[in-house]
Amino acid sequence: MMNKEGRPTTPKAETSGEHQTFTGNRALQMEEPLIFETGRLDVSGVDFEEPAPVASRLGSFARKGSMGLPGLTEPEVMRHYVRLSQKNYAIDAGLYPLGSCTMKHNPRLNEAMARLPGFADVHPLQPVSTVQGALELMQDLSRWLMELTGTKAVALSPKAGAHGEMCGMMAIRAAIEARGEGAQRTVVIVPESAHGTNPATAALIGFSVRAVPAREDGTVSVEAVKAVLGPDVAAIMLTNPNTCGLFEPEVVEIAAAVHEAGAYFYCDGANFNAIVGKVRPGDLGIDAMHINLHKTFSTPHGGGGPGSGPVVLSERLAAFAPVPFIRAGKTGLELVEGEGTQAFGRMCAFHGQMGMFVRALSYMLSHGAEGLRQASEDAVLNANYVRVGLADLMSQPFGNKPCMHEALFDDEWLKGTGVTTLDFAKAMIDEGYHPMTMYFPLVVHGAMLIEPTESESRASLDLFVATLRDLAQAALRGDADRFTGAPYHAPRNRLDETRAARNPVLRWTPPVAGVEAQAAE
Amino acid sequence: MRYLPLTDQDRSDMLARVGVSHIDALFADVPADKLLKARVDLPARKTELEVSRYLGALAAKNKAASSGPFFVGCGAYKHHVPASVDHLIQRSEFLTSYTPYQPEVTQGTLQYLFEFQTQVAALTGMDVANASMYDGSTATAEAVLMAHRVTRRRKAIVSGGVHPHYVDVVRTMSHMANDGVDVLGPDLHASEDIIAHIDAQTSCVVVQSPDVFGNLRDLTPIAEACHKNGALLIAVFTEAVALGLVTPPGDMGADIVVGEGQSIGNALNFGGPYVGLFATRQKYVRQMPGRLCGETVDAQGRRGFVLTLSTREQHIRREKATSNICTNSGLCALAFTIHMTLLGEAGLKKLAQINHANAVQLADLLGAVTSVEVINTTFFNEFTLRVKGNAAQVVEQLAARGILGGVPVSRLLPGKGLDDLLILASTEVNTSDDRHQLVQALRDICGAA
Repeated sequence: MMNKEGRPTTPKAETSGEHQTFTGNRALQMEEPLIFETGRLDVSGVDFEEPAPVASRLGSFARKGSMGLPGLTEPEVMRHYVRLSQKNYAIDAGLYPLGSCTMKHNPRLNEAMARLPGFADVHPLQPVSTVQGALELMQDLSRWLMELTGTKAVALSPKAGAHGEMCGMMAIRAAIEARGEGAQRTVVIVPESAHGTNPATAALIGFSVRAVPAREDGTVSVEAVKAVLGPDVAAIMLTNPNTCGLFEPEVVEIAAAVHEAGAYFYCDGANFNAIVGKVRPGDLGIDAMHINLHKTFSTPHGGGGPGSGPVVLSERLAAFAPVPFIRAGKTGLELVEGEGTQAFGRMCAFHGQMGMFVRALSYMLSHGAEGLRQASEDAVLNANYVRVGLADLMSQPFGNKPCMHEALFDDEWLKGTGVTTLDFAKAMIDEGYHPMTMYFPLVVHGAMLIEPTESESRASLDLFVATLRDLAQAALRGDADRFTGAPYHAPRNRLDETRAARNPVLRWTPPVAGVEAQAAE
Repeated sequence: MRYLPLTDQDRSDMLARVGVSHIDALFADVPADKLLKARVDLPARKTELEVSRYLGALAAKNKAASSGPFFVGCGAYKHHVPASVDHLIQRSEFLTSYTPYQPEVTQGTLQYLFEFQTQVAALTGMDVANASMYDGSTATAEAVLMAHRVTRRRKAIVSGGVHPHYVDVVRTMSHMANDGVDVLGPDLHASEDIIAHIDAQTSCVVVQSPDVFGNLRDLTPIAEACHKNGALLIAVFTEAVALGLVTPPGDMGADIVVGEGQSIGNALNFGGPYVGLFATRQKYVRQMPGRLCGETVDAQGRRGFVLTLSTREQHIRREKATSNICTNSGLCALAFTIHMTLLGEAGLKKLAQINHANAVQLADLLGAVTSVEVINTTFFNEFTLRVKGNAAQVVEQLAARGILGGVPVSRLLPGKGLDDLLILASTEVNTSDDRHQLVQALRDICGAA
């Protein structure tokens, strides 16, 4: 059909197949060069007044020569970064079922609150009398965290989960030293299924790591813990709910055994989103636990941070919390920054991730006590709904039983199909989904850890399950092509990681005439 | 609840599909006596408007830097950030993406990290930089650990010009790891003889320039002494804008350069989140902590980027990893790299010149006040003032007049007899009127002259 000006209004025929383009672009998907390839050294996208002429006080330290850093004008900058952004998957664009990462909705109210000048435009070292509202907010957040975890103290300053782990383990180390057992208690027990950060943290602060195996059902037994406990043990680091998506049923007995042996219980709180408002880790006997505000309390992951990892502490460890901390004084709130306490030291400059504190408190206030419990229940329900929807096709390493907020599958069901967990994950990309966490936990072969979070509607879950079922059936019927070259429709096909590691190119360098021809050989 | 899509009907249908009658059946592994029966003792939910009011009231109790003359620095600096930066970092695809573990659908993050690494390496005069650390202080502690790995020695020497919070972080880490650390006393005039402390056990020397008192330091002789003794020089900075105008540490022989990147692209945020910068020589790259982004090709031969050399990292190496860091400061690094791209070296140089000129003008004005004395010979945009009386009280009196007038040294170094010292920073945000207000107020408070 044509309209009266002769413009076609219906497509001619069904189009298919790949068409090369001159630019390499594919409509909305643009190829984008590096800023170093388009920018110019004498260009700036910021206008300045001329600096006042003054006699330099730089001494002999004036920088000479060019840095080789080009600038772009504002329109060029907007286009560069908008095009880059369009090559990223994001929660706002679709379901992001990364197990152990809790990719939930990031409310925009939180962004607006964190940008209030009274929070964002405040210096950490301006007089304490001028930041009473900031300290009050930190106290408010502390109260929520202590109440939700059933603990007596909280150190807010750690900058992310692994930093929180380090803080908690340092508090344990300080408590042990205060007992005069520093030289004796040098071992930390870590289950084989733990996050890599746990053994890395223990090792960083001078502990040696002793592994404890899990049972056939994916949980740790109190007997297994007792078997590795001894007078040389400082602590156990246990994730609960654990990395297999299961609540540790003997956690109370494990805590008692650990305490009886004179050691402390560090709980990795990465999976706290399953149990907020349902059970309090302090009631289970933990001594320290970090909370990833960027997981459980919705502060955005930002492409890999910033996070925030406050650590709650039991009464036994509270006195050893690092500086700074807040206390009530005669004329208002005070910030304790220095010596004269039992504090084990300092985790970072200043007072922690204030921007994340505001966002997390905004999230908590929005939900309220009931809403937080409901969110955890929905997260667990959604995970089980996905699990049940896939259970007849995909294999579960620990049998067909309820999980917490993440559903774990292994690759047993893929045997003989020629399709691996990696292939399956990459095929999900073509279907418009970010893959689940893969090959973690390490104790499960070809692991696929799916965490849908509470942010997904039933319709979203139904489509996700239907998609995964379609993929699974394709794998099982031998349609390997759909997987082994996947993703076909992403901005890039699979990338050569071996080449990247063997000959690391970690920065742009200007092309040298003549070298390019050589390199191409 | 506005963030939870499931309806009660959905919930009961889904429970039936899962095969249980009540949600608590899914919590069956929780010991029955530990499952909470009542609501935790916390308030009920609030509407968006109620939350805005509540948090708005707390924010209003703080004095924002932009609300009056502002001269506070010491590791965090107020700069003007172009509006486009905050707009871009709030794009959903950057803000709500995870660490780029699936490179085919995270080329956006990976490409800006590659550009960020290149910018940081060029700024510091080094070969390579990582994809960011939490902040300058933790980057410094990680640099010390890296030097221990490279040299197989376990003792650091820390200059008395390093930011005291950074020193405390290094000291805490070293104590916990049973490593040695030798911290020199406060060095107001960059006159310490740090080279005399280097011996055969020394793994590294940590020096900051501009230092916490604002002095610029010559790193070249320290680097030479380090290298002669098999030790590494770790150079620290807290004001990245300075690199637009002062000799980069890489040109003075530093082996590892770490610093705070907040100044470029990021707000003050009452101390965080910030972004740690970490750069080193090519030969040490496999001992570096943190994530690294590298260039490669895809199956069609097209250029692309991936996280690489991950065999250094905790998720592969576990207790043998170079660091336990996982989440870093991705979005703050994005703000840094966008602002840096807007500036370019031409803009950065101009920005640094304005900062320096403003600080020089302030120092010159203060030079005419007899009750105070600028103690620095050299500085970039920050210097130390000796005042008549107690600097902490002076700062309170300035605040009462609506001026945020610097950091008393006694807040960072209590009990060291440095009560009359005040550290003042002046950036491009200060106007001539701001400077005159500060100088007049100091004249009034410290005694006329």
